[in-house]
Amino acid sequence: MERNLMKGNEALAEAALRAGCKCFFGYPITPQTEISAYLAKNMAKAGGVFLQAESEVAAINMVLGAASTGVRAMTSSSSPGVSLKSEGVSYIAGSDLPCVIINVQRGGPGLGGIQPSQADYWQATKALGHGDYQLLVYAPSSVQEMVDKVTLAFDMADAYRMPVMILADGLLGQMMEPVTFPEKKTDFIEKPWATDGHGGKRKHNITNSLYLKPEELEKSVVERFKRYDEIKAKHTEAELYLTEDADIIVTAYGATARVAKSAVNLARAEGIKAGLFRPITLWPFPVNEINEAVKNAKVILDVEMSMGQMIEDVKLATNCSKPVEFYGRTGGVIPTPAEVLEQIKKLGGAK
Amino acid sequence: MNYDILLAGFGGQGILFAGKILAYSGLMDSKEVSWLPSYGPEMRGGTCNCSVCISDEPIGSPLVVNPNVLVAMNTPSLEKFIGTVQPGGTVIVDSSMVDIKVERTDVKVCYVPATELTSTDPQLKGGANIILMGKLIAETGMFTTDTIKAAFEKVVPAKRAHLIDNNLKAIKTGMEYNG
Amino acid sequence: MAVVFERPKALVDIPTHYCPGCTHGIIHRLVAEVIDEMGIEGDTIGVCPVGCSVMAYDYFGCDMIEAAHGRAPATATGVKRAMPDKFVFTYQGDGDLAAIGTAETVHAATRGENIVVIFVNNTIYGMTGGQMAPTTLPGQVTQTTPFGRDTNVQGYPVRMCEMLSTLDGVALAQRVTVNSVPHIREAKKAIRKAFENQKNGLGFSIVEILSTCPTNWGMTPVDALKRVEDEMIPYYPLGVYKDKTAEEVNK
Repeated sequence: MERNLMKGNEALAEAALRAGCKCFFGYPITPQTEISAYLAKNMAKAGGVFLQAESEVAAINMVLGAASTGVRAMTSSSSPGVSLKSEGVSYIAGSDLPCVIINVQRGGPGLGGIQPSQADYWQATKALGHGDYQLLVYAPSSVQEMVDKVTLAFDMADAYRMPVMILADGLLGQMMEPVTFPEKKTDFIEKPWATDGHGGKRKHNITNSLYLKPEELEKSVVERFKRYDEIKAKHTEAELYLTEDADIIVTAYGATARVAKSAVNLARAEGIKAGLFRPITLWPFPVNEINEAVKNAKVILDVEMSMGQMIEDVKLATNCSKPVEFYGRTGGVIPTPAEVLEQIKKLGGAK
Repeated sequence: MNYDILLAGFGGQGILFAGKILAYSGLMDSKEVSWLPSYGPEMRGGTCNCSVCISDEPIGSPLVVNPNVLVAMNTPSLEKFIGTVQPGGTVIVDSSMVDIKVERTDVKVCYVPATELTSTDPQLKGGANIILMGKLIAETGMFTTDTIKAAFEKVVPAKRAHLIDNNLKAIKTGMEYNG
Repeated sequence: MAVVFERPKALVDIPTHYCPGCTHGIIHRLVAEVIDEMGIEGDTIGVCPVGCSVMAYDYFGCDMIEAAHGRAPATATGVKRAMPDKFVFTYQGDGDLAAIGTAETVHAATRGENIVVIFVNNTIYGMTGGQMAPTTLPGQVTQTTPFGRDTNVQGYPVRMCEMLSTLDGVALAQRVTVNSVPHIREAKKAIRKAFENQKNGLGFSIVEILSTCPTNWGMTPVDALKRVEDEMIPYYPLGVYKDKTAEEVNK
């Protein structure tokens, strides 16, 4: 298969097209704008809809409308814009609609900055919008994974009738790497629930997140959480790199995991037994996988481009069975392998 | 083979394009490559740099902090990054844009008056960045000219194919420059 | 015996939750009658956002979507763009359309989004129990303007049809009411025209319907109908503010 060199944002957009994304609604924001620009150029050719909305709020509600009709729909933004989408995402989750949401993270809070960040981990995995619900969250770490995960995200969204997020960052969005693409998807699952006009052939369908009777709302939430349980059981993903004999496990996701992997390699070159645990699904967090990774370790070093958000899941998932230390840079500063190596050494990194 | 390349200069000097040519050349040679631009609100005139990694191994951090190849197209860039170059590294300087000399003795420095060289030949107009790439591959042996040619053919869109010859001439100019 | 009146097929045969005397029921019927007459129930998708009519998804027989407060024009945009051959309408109140959803309304209109917007203006937030709406009249007492709307403090009501009529994407902007039989007939004609516009691909059609809220106005249904005549129509004159089909005829 031909290897192309593409920016993460553009590769993701192309993958969405190949996954059969029919409608894209967005609003410009750095550092994800290449996604919109690519789709503005190519969506119509593929027979789909590209529309620049008047706001992020409108964009996510356009996604809700399009997804209601059963077509594959996507929106993308960066941190401040994703905050604006949170209302619509909650409605989409409450209406059991599939869609894909991209967050190419930048520094915050507020307007923050435009450089890469991972400060929206909590937002993505715990609290994007109100109510009892979850997003399935993938954290790619390379341009190839941007492609692979967006392809998978559409399938998972359809299968489980839920919004799926790709949590990337400015570094992954802006960098170019070799990438190969899957064939264009042609087989899609049936969506008998779609509000696409009943044609006189069935009772009317209703897309809805409103249940005024508490028992009915509870029932709908509980039913949704059963699907979440199935995802937890079947669909967690993680990469374990040199963990088997490692004394120290570095935990990191997304772009930071690349830095961490370089640091692990540097440490190994100095005879330090270091390894890397990289969650690919952030929700659900890969609990079994991390426990497998740390089973022989003496200490865990969590590295993030934030003040430490995933670290709470690392501690919870390992049930605090090992000490968990933290190293983070934030505000758009990217940690270097040398910095992470220094932390590894500080933690004993026993030879 | 493991090159961590940092290209730096003003926006508008073709820093990102030069980096792209190197990355595509790596792709042509079936290497692992990454290309990462600095990005910001400024489009032209602001500072601009670009990290390119070319390796036989999978690439970890794509952000080049300690380059073994530095290409500097203005004085602020050289001043900012010269201290970060790995000992034994190669530094290519557009000496028509840079008015200082490198004091370090543990790196190899090539001064090429690239911008000046473009003024004598209309075919080289705007090709200072590519002249420096020519010098870079001559010094490091990173790629063959065939690879570079293939990269240009891949990157330059068909309707601008006439620019390929100009670019190859710029590469040749850089390779043959001995100042 | 000849049947002189029956429930339109596009309305589901269940009791609604609307208060006695509220004119939502009439407006629902008019929309449903137009859908019946055009034979488009199977090809129609309705979008009802938060407001008194949020549960209209239970009442209309076509496929229905409940939208977030103010977002119906955006949601309808998504539906219509995905399914350009279907009929799409929104059914929105004044708080929804003219306050929290103003941006969505204006931009759907200026894009010429080929949808129908049924805008029910009763100068009050009904569902939440009678607070000030963007269309609340000067001096009108509501829960949040207990001493009457003071234009020095709360500013002035919004006249949506007049505002939207300046936009090139708008095919029809018409204000009607349902407080008398002749007015009801006129309202139905306007709704029919809006749906015909969509069929002909003319763009955004909004029908603003001055409506009553006897409960939150603290009036009998009859007095409420009278208030429409005496207080609302003077501030919100009935009429056609923009009509592309008329412009075509005049050319």
